[in-house]
Amino acid sequence: MLFQDIVFWILAVMAIVGALGVVLVPNLFRAALLLIVVFVSVAGMFILLSAEFLAVVQILIYVGAIAILIIFAIMLTRDVQHGNLPNRMQIPAAVFAALLLTALVAVAVDTKWEFLPADQQDRAELIQVNALTTLTGEVLDDAGVSPEDQTEVQESGLADLLISDYVLPFEAVSVLLLAALIGALVLVRPNPGTGRG
Amino acid sequence: MSFEAFLIVAAIMFCIGLYGALARRNVLAVLMSIELMFNGVNITLVAMAKYLAPAGLQNDISTVLTGQVFAVFIITVAAAEIALGLGIVFAMYRTNETVDLSEATQLRH
Repeated sequence: MLFQDIVFWILAVMAIVGALGVVLVPNLFRAALLLIVVFVSVAGMFILLSAEFLAVVQILIYVGAIAILIIFAIMLTRDVQHGNLPNRMQIPAAVFAALLLTALVAVAVDTKWEFLPADQQDRAELIQVNALTTLTGEVLDDAGVSPEDQTEVQESGLADLLISDYVLPFEAVSVLLLAALIGALVLVRPNPGTGRG
Repeated sequence: MSFEAFLIVAAIMFCIGLYGALARRNVLAVLMSIELMFNGVNITLVAMAKYLAPAGLQNDISTVLTGQVFAVFIITVAAAEIALGLGIVFAMYRTNETVDLSEATQLRH
């Protein structure tokens, strides 16, 4: 447990310092690199939270696609050196964000959370990690899962949920993604009237 | 490494992103701040999936994955958002020759 604590605090400090850098560093390119640091530390937190599949997706999509796209956009526009300037709303924005942070922390600390029962934790963790690892009978036996429960644990993965209980949002989000990509293509298409690209 | 620690780190990231989205002038910096907010929310959802007991736990053990499913959807929406957002940035750069949000005033009058 101690090792996990140390890793968590390192990741937390990396994420928060990186996030502060993203909004405060004047050089936009460095801000984008700090954004990658934040994404990687969030991926590390996902592994700590036994969401291994999400950690891999986080690296692939955020670091591999979104961060690279943002860096391309920064390179293609001017004012890279001093592009990250504040506007006139700086102080009201800081006050609003600080107030919201106070409220969120108060709620997080004050609320009586209904935690997962201790006897369910091992089973829940197995199911959450199941997204990446194949659970054999031996692994489940070692984890103390009774034979009649093993099928249930093996069959309840993220992918099964996405195409059973959540199939409607899943289809909706794929249509959304397609629409967004077509929309982006239309937006960046060269203007036929002016001939400018 | 308690549940509340994850929530507080996520809240700090969300609020830093909120400050950046409200107070920056460069539209790319605003987009990056919005990504920070998405990541803060994702940490919250995955932490809740790990630590909290979902409502239907007695009937269906796979409800402990609900938070992760939501995080998957948020990541997808974030990818769609950044594709469209960068398309708008390029369209704006083509017409305005700048990515400064305080210069984007064509709709004001």
